[in-house]
Amino acid sequence: MAGYKPVAIQTYPVLGEKITQDTLYWNNYKTPVQIKEFGAVSKVDFSPQPPYNYAVTASSRIHIYGRYSQEPIKTFSRFKDTAYCATFRQDGRLLVAGSEDGGVQLFDISGRAPLRQFEGHTKAVHTVDFTADKYHVVSGADDYTVKLWDIPNSKEILTFKEHSDYVRCGCASKLNPDLFVTGSYDHTVKMFDARTSQSVISVEHGQPVESVLLFPSGGLLVSAGGRYVKVWDMLKGGQLLVSLKNHHKTVTCLCLSSSGQRLLSGSLDRKVKVYSTTSYKVVHSLDYAASILSLALAHEDETIVVGMTNGILSVKHRKSEAKKDSLPRRRRPAYRTFIKGKSYMKQRDDILINRPSKKHLELYDRDLKNFRVSKALDRVLEPSCTIKTPEVTVSIIKELNRRGVLANALAGRDEKEISRVLNFLIRNLSQPRFAPVLINAAEIIIDIYLPVIGQSPVVDKKFLVLQGLVEKEIDYQRELLETLGMMDMLFATMTRKDSTLVWQRTSGGLLENKKVES
Amino acid sequence: MVERECVRVVRCGGSELNFRRAVFSADSKYIFCVSGDFVKVYSTATEECVHILQGHRNLVTGIQLNPNNHLQLYSCSFDGTIKLWDYVDGILIKTFIVGHKLHALFTVAHAEDSVFVTINKEKPDIFQLVSVKLPKSSSQEIESKELSFVLDYINQSPKYIAFGNEGEYVAAVRDFSLSVYFFKKKTTSRFTLSSSRNKKHAKNNFTCVACHPKEDCIATGHKDGKIRLWRNFDDDKKYTYTCLHWHHDMVMDLAFSVTGTSLLSGGRESVLVEWRDAAEKNKEFLPRLGATIEHISVSPAGDLFCTSHSDNKIIVIHRNLEASAVIQGLVKDSNIFTGLMIDPRTKALVLNGKPGHLQFYSLQSDKQLYNLDIVQQEYINDYGLIQIELTKAAFGCYGNWLATVEQRQEKETELELQMKLWMYNKKTQGFVLNTKVNMPHEDHITALCFCNAEKSENPTLVTASKDGHFKVWILTDDSDIYKKAVGWTCDFVGSYHKYQATNCCFSEDGSLLAVSFEEIVTIWDSETWELKCTFCQRAGKIRHLCFGRLTCSKYLLGATENGILCCWNLLSCALEWSAKLNVRVMEPDLNSENIAAISHSSMGSDLFVFKPSEPRPLYIQKNISREEVQWGVFVPRDVPESFTSESYRWLNRSQFYFLTKSQSLLTLSTKSPEEKLTPTSKQLLAEESLPTTPFYFILGKHRQQQDEKLNAALENELVQLPLTENIPAINELLHTPAHVLPSASFLCSMFVNSLLLSKESKSAEEIPDDVDMEEEKESDDSDEENDFTEKVQDTDNTDLGEDIIHQLSKSEEKELRKFRKVDYSWITAL
Repeated sequence: MAGYKPVAIQTYPVLGEKITQDTLYWNNYKTPVQIKEFGAVSKVDFSPQPPYNYAVTASSRIHIYGRYSQEPIKTFSRFKDTAYCATFRQDGRLLVAGSEDGGVQLFDISGRAPLRQFEGHTKAVHTVDFTADKYHVVSGADDYTVKLWDIPNSKEILTFKEHSDYVRCGCASKLNPDLFVTGSYDHTVKMFDARTSQSVISVEHGQPVESVLLFPSGGLLVSAGGRYVKVWDMLKGGQLLVSLKNHHKTVTCLCLSSSGQRLLSGSLDRKVKVYSTTSYKVVHSLDYAASILSLALAHEDETIVVGMTNGILSVKHRKSEAKKDSLPRRRRPAYRTFIKGKSYMKQRDDILINRPSKKHLELYDRDLKNFRVSKALDRVLEPSCTIKTPEVTVSIIKELNRRGVLANALAGRDEKEISRVLNFLIRNLSQPRFAPVLINAAEIIIDIYLPVIGQSPVVDKKFLVLQGLVEKEIDYQRELLETLGMMDMLFATMTRKDSTLVWQRTSGGLLENKKVES
Repeated sequence: MVERECVRVVRCGGSELNFRRAVFSADSKYIFCVSGDFVKVYSTATEECVHILQGHRNLVTGIQLNPNNHLQLYSCSFDGTIKLWDYVDGILIKTFIVGHKLHALFTVAHAEDSVFVTINKEKPDIFQLVSVKLPKSSSQEIESKELSFVLDYINQSPKYIAFGNEGEYVAAVRDFSLSVYFFKKKTTSRFTLSSSRNKKHAKNNFTCVACHPKEDCIATGHKDGKIRLWRNFDDDKKYTYTCLHWHHDMVMDLAFSVTGTSLLSGGRESVLVEWRDAAEKNKEFLPRLGATIEHISVSPAGDLFCTSHSDNKIIVIHRNLEASAVIQGLVKDSNIFTGLMIDPRTKALVLNGKPGHLQFYSLQSDKQLYNLDIVQQEYINDYGLIQIELTKAAFGCYGNWLATVEQRQEKETELELQMKLWMYNKKTQGFVLNTKVNMPHEDHITALCFCNAEKSENPTLVTASKDGHFKVWILTDDSDIYKKAVGWTCDFVGSYHKYQATNCCFSEDGSLLAVSFEEIVTIWDSETWELKCTFCQRAGKIRHLCFGRLTCSKYLLGATENGILCCWNLLSCALEWSAKLNVRVMEPDLNSENIAAISHSSMGSDLFVFKPSEPRPLYIQKNISREEVQWGVFVPRDVPESFTSESYRWLNRSQFYFLTKSQSLLTLSTKSPEEKLTPTSKQLLAEESLPTTPFYFILGKHRQQQDEKLNAALENELVQLPLTENIPAINELLHTPAHVLPSASFLCSMFVNSLLLSKESKSAEEIPDDVDMEEEKESDDSDEENDFTEKVQDTDNTDLGEDIIHQLSKSEEKELRKFRKVDYSWITAL
């Protein structure tokens, strides 16, 4: 017949943010390391090659930090004015940066002096990037021009003058050495092809563009500007795919997670939002102390580095995988025991007998199945259960009550055991969701142990604590009722626009008047 | 079609199957159980009802196999007769008229021509065990008044009497004493439990007795859960007994296995206990059988056991304690809180079933379809436990959603309420739990209704509660990027001056919601949840509330506790009419404007059927039941009836079922459902050789349609012909088993004479056996071929004209027989 039905454990809705895989993933970082920089951190860039150092551009300096070091392992400080957009080459050996005076400088990671200096921009260069073939550098400047430079002979190859305002962001394609994208304050994002000497695609963002990002495949383009993050399908000729408006203030930086499944955007409203790149819904949000200017993720999302306007660099490292199986594992049967008889072919006279699949039962369920009620209660009163999952304990108490054996299960306990029960009651009695069940249990305990009260000072003390708790709760409920009465008065005097008023009762259902005798 | 329209109240939903011990046939293929006035024959392998043996005119109280012919079955009844049946063919062989009310029946192998019955002679609770001599005679009805007294002062139930050791003695128990009567010595020994004399409230009353089949050993069950095994009871002094104790409550029944090596016992714990070698240590259990075990029986072959349970169920159990089949009738164990409902998908009747379950019961086939576990908790069957009760249920959105409410109240202040919403899953063909709401209200939920409007885009549910609120629940999208999900949330909470909400009801189009608050009916707009208007008649609390349907949708009906039935017009917001009627049940018909109301008075319950537009009822049936009727429901018919009379026309499209306080399900019909069912079983018998595959049923339907056409054409020229079934001699010949018939030569002339019709047809009339054979062949042929032969015959008929009455009769007879065969198959297909 029907098998044993396990006890239904009451579940309670968890208030606040829902726990999803994403919240778990993005919360699984250690507490941030704060590094003070000299000025606002305008750019953070990770080296694509191990050991994944990162370059931080702040004020007139570029610091290079190691993964776990809090001190810069290298500093490039030979800038006359503010440096911008220090970016690593794909092999991680060269670094290029723009500056306020219009110069673009190329550094070797091991060297100190610039290897090359590209002169040609008349105003501040806010964006530089290496193209996919590693031998060219793209730069955009406040003189409305975009230039393509040749590294070996530090010559200017091409100049695009299609933007009508400052060019503040750009990005080169990772696949095609000739393609790159720039965003400008003239509200447009343009895609240039070095082979055609003019822009191939131009899309209208609607706000001054602060950041652009090409997907690794090059098919999708993300632009950020104003409060909007927009995603464009470049393969369809720059069709708007989706427009996201999840920030309160200007979005300043964009970043893709290493898997490409999530898009991160940082904003002046001090938040980093994580979007799913399939549905473009916000799946998580990270809070920071100041307005965010730059954002970078390390290889495999091991580190999140966020630069802020107040010059603070916040570095979060992923928690290392906890080593759970430190205990020697129990020896399991060898593999060949499981495959034994797998290849046996059914003969004609054989009768197949299926062993019914065994349902896994919790330990307390096993006890309840065999009517060992006291033992079942003991199991759920273990500290590991009462602290982590008090709802299981309460559900078992409820089930015992339903079976009419709660008094039997609670009776006949010694000082240690009864104080364990009382501890649980003291901890959870005032919780509205557990109160109806636990009040009933408390009454039964008092009934059972009334004759022996006074014999153990430990238990007596617990009873006194319980009494105090109940008195406090009664006072609290009285206050709540008073407040409710006052609110009723206020509502009654209000003009009644709609004839039906919905009263939301806030009482926790804890109205039992109880006397605890000691 | 229906010539005599006489509608009467008939019982349906079967009778209880657990009234007496079930009996196995000798080969364990069939199991017999008493069921009201009938004996039902079930197949142990398929759980299917094979025959219904009908003939008794009162409750059947006992059945036993004929010890001398294991293909025959004796049954006794309150109507004072013992009947002998051939259960393989389902035929009544003989009737013995005893004259007394018979309470139990026993047969013993060595007493060849007599059986034992329990009768009561003088006082109402003094029963006697007597032996009845069954005279040998060839006639169908035999008087057998030859009674010889065996034991006096016994209990009426057959559980208290057992025959032991191949009929050497009979043991009977009552209260605290065990009496044993030895047939050879003709003496009675009496043993009284010693402890019973001292204690006033001793609980060791005897409850049942069983005798070892081979040895002199008697097992008795007691109220305190003990089982005593008595030995050496032929001596009043030297008798001994041993005690077996596992049950903590009364032992309901005991049975020895065929060899006597093990003893089976059962009780309220719903656990079948097998005691091996009569030892306390060697026991095996079959737990969680669902309900109190009432009876245990063992098959003569020894391979099967069966237990009858209080929830109207018989479980066939294999020798190694594995349940192999469950024969489940309509569960009548618990109180019906949910009322009667109709599942819109299966058209099954839905009501409380096993504790914490909803049962889906097919009215057409008189069979339980399945039980839906609502509470989903381990059921502990113990006296005095407060169980979780399923109090309300409602179907919505064409059966896509099911809402249930369960509650448990131990003390006045401690109420546990839970509302569950179940979604129908098309893939698994069952209901899946979707949303669980803890404490949806702070007090009992009094009513629950879905908005069943056709156009409604999102499902809506309304609950009314004693806490003075009604809540509107709507289905909302709960999906995110990780999963797609829907769930129910509360959309609106309404109240009216802190009165208790007692009823709620949506109008047919879903635009209005009526909620009654004690004496006041409030009407709410379902779009904005604004209070539109109120009706108050000051005639007591509203007990029932419903909107009129179809052309009467502007009316709202309310029945109050003070016995007033009010009808309000929603357009004029005024009382249309009111009538003084103490309405207990008010149910609208979903297929018409009709509303049925059942009133109750000390005389009995009366049924009124009316339309809301006119206060004059369409139909009144006085005294449909002596008891109070608790619930009623209209069930839409699959095949509409065609009552022509004005007063019965309301029954054409739906049938009205109602449930009385003693849990008997009744309906209004021209014939009883068992009568309707019989053709199926007979058909099954007739065509046992043919496998009833789905293809067969499709084919049958197809053929039936064709035959119907043909039949219509033939009907005009059909001359009234005596069919073979109508000739009593042939009937008798065909329906009597061969082994009781006289020799063929003796019958031949009589038989041939009976076939002679008239002068014209005399020459060509054949022996029907040949016809039968031909038919068999033909019906086995493919459909196409059939079609062809029919066509040929059709043309034949038209060509040859009037002088071939005989040929016509032959071909038509074939057609008709075929038609008869096919005709039934669609019933099984339903």
